[in-house]
Amino acid sequence: MGEMIKVGMADLKACNAPDNLTTIGLGSCIGIAIYDPVTKISGLAHIMLPDSTQIRNNSNIAKFADTGIQQLYDDMIKMGANKSRLVAKIAGGATMFAGGGAAPTINVGQRNAEASKAKLKELGVKLLAEDTGLNYGRTVEFYSETGDYLIKAVGKPPKTI
Amino acid sequence: MADLSFEDINDKYFDVLKEIGNIGAGNATTAIANMLNLRLDMKVPKVELIAVEKIGSAIGSEEQIVVGILLGVENDINGSMMFLMDLPSAHHLVNRLMMRDPEYNEDFDEMDLSAIREIGNIIAGSYLSALSGLTNLNISPTIPYVSIDMAAAILSVPAIQFGMVSDNALFIRTEFSDDVAINGYFILMPEGESYEKILRALGLPV
Repeated sequence: MGEMIKVGMADLKACNAPDNLTTIGLGSCIGIAIYDPVTKISGLAHIMLPDSTQIRNNSNIAKFADTGIQQLYDDMIKMGANKSRLVAKIAGGATMFAGGGAAPTINVGQRNAEASKAKLKELGVKLLAEDTGLNYGRTVEFYSETGDYLIKAVGKPPKTI
Repeated sequence: MADLSFEDINDKYFDVLKEIGNIGAGNATTAIANMLNLRLDMKVPKVELIAVEKIGSAIGSEEQIVVGILLGVENDINGSMMFLMDLPSAHHLVNRLMMRDPEYNEDFDEMDLSAIREIGNIIAGSYLSALSGLTNLNISPTIPYVSIDMAAAILSVPAIQFGMVSDNALFIRTEFSDDVAINGYFILMPEGESYEKILRALGLPV
């Protein structure tokens, strides 16, 4: 059994098997897990916003789908992952307060999910599965030995994608 | 929001926000005490600047279940505000309001949620009228929305809102107590030019 490595908000990490990755309490944010099934090199990014080019304050690249996924991808290639084998699973992107709050955050979850998928497509990383949207928070765990992405939510049975 | 960022906020601004927090929480405490017919004490609120990445754990464990109430803020300033409390505090207040056994802690039903929204209305209204009184700005809340979930997931909403303009978020932490402590947190999230409007209205240099 490897270590469970914690990825914070606006943070990203990559690891080798048998270590695993987790991020806690994804709301409108997205947890993007990228995986090379042969080398079992695994990465997880916890992004908050869809597009770094829309935001003046964009020094933390892990905060955005476009720059965060790019960085994670580059890190994993450097560790020895093979570009053509990389696959991804994503979770999060909820609307925590349906209909409520200030305009720019409405649908930020959905926009985060769309931006993440667009970036993965641009990099040629195949999206295998997703659990996005709805109105609840998610804690995720990515298991490098199996490629399983475990999703836990309050008052719901855990599910694996 | 022009070039203003929280990194530039000085002690004077902090003191003003603390004062607004104080008066607002004072008003809120009185309103709740009247509604529930009990005596409430309030501690001096703490104003904190928290890194966006740390917001998820700002009020305790990231997976702790909390009650979040989100309201829009409109008229002279735009944005939103959030009031958060932990689950025991929410149960305590709802039980008081519904005149139930104080130990009752079943999941909230639709009536309970509506009571929570009402508490959110009162607290936000009190806070905003303090801000309104000090700034002479016309500020009103919109209808409240409630979410009960992991702290980190609920706090991702203000984290994202603040994350668009800054690396930090502004928290005002308040504690009320009657026979048990009630922990509450306010987060005010002005948009666009609203921060500058507040500062200017308070006579602070922008």
